[in-house]
Amino acid sequence: MASMRDIQRRKTSVESTGQITKAMKLVSTVKLQKARGRAESSKPYFEGVYDTMAAVLARSGNVNHRFLKNHPDKKKAVIVITSNRGLAGGYNSNVVKLLTQNDEFAKENVVLYTVGRKGKDALSSKGYEVKADYSDVIDNPLYSDAMSISDELLKSFEAGEIGEIYLAYTVFKNTVSHIPTMKKLLPISVDEYELSDEEKLVPMNYEPGEEEVLDMIIPKYISSLIFGALVEAVASENGARMTAMDSATSNANEMISSLSLLYNRARQSSITQELTEIIAGAEAIN
Amino acid sequence: MADERLFELEIISPERLFYKGLASFVELATSEGEIGVYKNHIPMTSVLVPGVVTIHEENEVKKAAVHSGFVVILKDRIKVMAEIAEWPDEIDEDRANEAKIRAERRLKEGGPGVDMARAEAALKRSLARLDTSQK
Repeated sequence: MASMRDIQRRKTSVESTGQITKAMKLVSTVKLQKARGRAESSKPYFEGVYDTMAAVLARSGNVNHRFLKNHPDKKKAVIVITSNRGLAGGYNSNVVKLLTQNDEFAKENVVLYTVGRKGKDALSSKGYEVKADYSDVIDNPLYSDAMSISDELLKSFEAGEIGEIYLAYTVFKNTVSHIPTMKKLLPISVDEYELSDEEKLVPMNYEPGEEEVLDMIIPKYISSLIFGALVEAVASENGARMTAMDSATSNANEMISSLSLLYNRARQSSITQELTEIIAGAEAIN
Repeated sequence: MADERLFELEIISPERLFYKGLASFVELATSEGEIGVYKNHIPMTSVLVPGVVTIHEENEVKKAAVHSGFVVILKDRIKVMAEIAEWPDEIDEDRANEAKIRAERRLKEGGPGVDMARAEAALKRSLARLDTSQK
């Protein structure tokens, strides 16, 4: 049996780890509340942009727009949104797995635009090409950050360097459920959009013209998608960290209680042993 | 009677719901020029350029600076989707003035190395801000 001192030392170390995990859990709970508020307040804008774009697409049915054409032979660009810090359970590795466990995203035909150091490090060590990194953004995502990312991507798309744009991030469903998701941004497939009956009745006019409106709206749609993904990913990250730290804290508590049991047993047996020795000694003298 | 002239107006930016309320008349700067919209306007979707949005409420007139976005006009509802929207008291006038002068200088210099489109956009933005803040 381990000595009392060893057990005591082990117990103290588990206790201090438990304190840290408990503090981290509290911090991420607060951050989660904030991030959730932001994710919710960004929704109306996104939905508005989406509705308008869907309406234009469904009405015009113009499949020859440059953002709607397919280029299956060209490289795929993937925006990978992870966190800068670990200790969030499977949060980062689940996003990384979206790429590594899917043959469509073999490293030969993928270029990465990473947000978050963890994902960038994991994927670049696996041999993926990282074209640009925006890791500083994830600490506090602003809409202008999403705009600059989408600008960069659309430029490469129009220059013909990439044929498709995907977004790999974690959808925040609720506090305990976060779903790693791969979403296709470009090209947009027109078939997905249909008008509701109410919309069909309204003859919408477009100024200056459908084409120009579409030209302007699609970049905004992409930016708003990226922005939405960024704020949702922050909420998911903190949610994942909260869950991970919660279970770490309860594990620590469990370990502490089993260690205290061990410690008490060791203490008891050492006292018994001392007593036996004293009695044996006294008997020997008599 | 008065209520019949009012329509629903929403100005939404990515960070927040900027404005939601009833208005009787709204002025907007679109890529085709400035327009004013009353209730029962023909349904229209239009692209916005940096400029001032003037909201005429029942008893009050409000101004806001809007940069880049679009507007969806329906019979009894108007939705403005703006990437950036600011109230006059959120605008730093000195900074906007400085940006205006900087952009004008860049436009005057011209030549290679100056992104004319960007400088022009910066000038428009700063002018929109100044127009909004100077009531």
